[in-house]
Amino acid sequence: MRLHIRNGRVVDPASGKDGAGDVFIADGKISAETGKADRVIDAKGLVVAPGFIDLSARLREPGYEYKATLESEMEAALAGGVTSLACPPDTDPPLDEPGLVDMLRRRAKALSRARVYPVGALTVKLEGQVLTEMGLLADAGCVAFSQANAPLADTQVLWRALQYAATFGYPVWLRAEDAWLAKGGVAHDGEVATRLGLPGIPPFAETIALATLLELVRATRARVHVCRLSTAGGVELMRRAKQEGLPVSCDVAIHHVHLCDMDLGYFDSHCRLEPPLRSQRDRDALSRGLADGTVDCVCSDHTPVDEDGKHLPFAQAEPGATGLELLLPLTLKWGQANKLGLPATLARITSEPARILGVASGRLAAGAPADVVVFDPAASVNVAPEMLKSQGKNTPFLGYELAGRVRTTIVAGNVVYEQ
Amino acid sequence: MQRSPQLNAKGELQHLLSIEGLPRDILLQILDTAESFVGVTEREVKKVPLLRGKSVFNLFFEPSTRTRTTFEIAAKRLSADVINLNITVSSQTKGESLLDTVANLSAMQADIFIVRHEASGAPFLIARHVKPHEHVINAGDGRHAHPTQGLLDLFTIRHYKKDFSRLTVAIVGDILHSRVARSLIHGLTTLGVPEVRVIAPQTLLPAGVEALGVRVFHDMRQGLKDCDVVVMLRLQNERMRGALLPSAQEYFKHYGLSADKLAVARRDAIVMHPGPMNRGVEIDSTVADGPHSVILPQVTFGIAVRMAVMSIVAGN
Repeated sequence: MRLHIRNGRVVDPASGKDGAGDVFIADGKISAETGKADRVIDAKGLVVAPGFIDLSARLREPGYEYKATLESEMEAALAGGVTSLACPPDTDPPLDEPGLVDMLRRRAKALSRARVYPVGALTVKLEGQVLTEMGLLADAGCVAFSQANAPLADTQVLWRALQYAATFGYPVWLRAEDAWLAKGGVAHDGEVATRLGLPGIPPFAETIALATLLELVRATRARVHVCRLSTAGGVELMRRAKQEGLPVSCDVAIHHVHLCDMDLGYFDSHCRLEPPLRSQRDRDALSRGLADGTVDCVCSDHTPVDEDGKHLPFAQAEPGATGLELLLPLTLKWGQANKLGLPATLARITSEPARILGVASGRLAAGAPADVVVFDPAASVNVAPEMLKSQGKNTPFLGYELAGRVRTTIVAGNVVYEQ
Repeated sequence: MQRSPQLNAKGELQHLLSIEGLPRDILLQILDTAESFVGVTEREVKKVPLLRGKSVFNLFFEPSTRTRTTFEIAAKRLSADVINLNITVSSQTKGESLLDTVANLSAMQADIFIVRHEASGAPFLIARHVKPHEHVINAGDGRHAHPTQGLLDLFTIRHYKKDFSRLTVAIVGDILHSRVARSLIHGLTTLGVPEVRVIAPQTLLPAGVEALGVRVFHDMRQGLKDCDVVVMLRLQNERMRGALLPSAQEYFKHYGLSADKLAVARRDAIVMHPGPMNRGVEIDSTVADGPHSVILPQVTFGIAVRMAVMSIVAGN
């Protein structure tokens, strides 16, 4: 199958290219040749970019199929232009055994939709006590090891886990949150939580854990990716760690560059997220940190939750928001707010996460996997439950009017979504 | 932020969920209406027919005797039918969701839901899902709000002090976990009390409490100096020993209201407590039973205030 996408505005963040042009695809790869195509896609007025790469998207399989299935969430991914995604290990059971990872990979592959990169559990059952068989899990397809949102309170275990992972060069992806300081908290410990009477999580729950983690990176030289920063202090610690040359990277969830604790309003359970939405100052620091490169990339932190899980008082509501289908419009909105061009904006969901994941996609160079998105940056998106393909309709952005709609999604040279 | 979910399109009180965000004229309307009901509660026939034929459901997801009883008495004095539901031992243990419980009760033709819940914000969730003619009154949600307690505190203060505009009010104790404190603070600031103080150790103060419009004191004698009103908060048993406080004895030494500490307040100061009291922990018996105490009148006024709230929301 040979494809020719013509008349589009081709944006390739990896090379900085941004201009009118054509993209040719042959044999599942981006092609330099301009021969006759089996199919021509007219991208007049549209942007042609590498498919998006999301470092945190929960597919809810195995174990939580009533919240979402691989099928529903893969549809959501493709509708959102996400062609590669990493899924955290907090399934039920968690991804702590090679057999489970293998099954997930096979299920995902059989659907031949987006590429799924499982992130294995760092400790058995995510309990933070016993290391998983990282070698066997890596053989089964795990690209990194993580605790998802489960705490790892024991610093002895954390230290050993980083040493072990560093021995074999496995990347470790961790959230920075002190288990004790975060215990029982559901909102940023500040004026809003005080007013609403919600138990708070202080910002230093993140910075203390992050300082500990960075100290252990210094000692072990493990490759650590810090997931979903939430505080200005966290951004500052990462800035210094990178200046020092530590082998670290980090991301932020798209919600956290747009929203803050004020958005909780009158207990909006769609704003019940992990980590919590923090102050305006934190939000602005995250947004700027993402713009200046301190924060490497942005993820959707896609977490489908069924209605019952959200129709509860704030503290009892299940945390998380659906995000795969809003990643593009919300990233465009962030880029505009920071006066960034399209290449710099899209880099945060293409070339940058590709670098962290260590994959060849995320760029439009000849020979790269033909994962391509064609989107209309101006088309409006009215966020409503019925427009979301994800089984999770839970998002704080319900009712927002955003811009940026995917028209065509291509994975490995196959057109897998068209609108 | 959205329009306050407790007001209807005309800006009238549809539900009572929180004192925060209530306009001053609605607060005064409630206090004035309560004033007229104080007479009723002192008559021989203590009933008015304002809520005849209406059903009031006491929906208590958290155990409470006092608040539930005063709501029940208030509803009965308004001639309403009262149904008491102790949810902690029925549907919740069978796994029924909060909204399912409410939908079922709504199908039984409820007019007013009185809701107590351990989670902050639960009455807001219920208010978003009830039918237009139904009303929700918050009888205490988590640490968030206890608006009828706040209103009866305001009523008591007005009864003894008349004018809010020159008062100094101190609230002492576990502000962190207290819905009573939050509601009272919002009421006092809305009614123009120039100085609202909170007195507590750092461990019992929530982050950024100053943003509510209060002055923070850690030393009780400094905090009580020249106060007109002293509101003592209950210290829950489970908080008396642990990471927040070392012991009840030490708490009493620093923050228990004794006669000698009260002596620095104004000579005509009143002492309030939302009950139930821990004598010897947050308040000394000589003060609780002494001439400054208005703790029992608070309970009496609480019935008139709850009558006022129910009659006002039912009329809107």
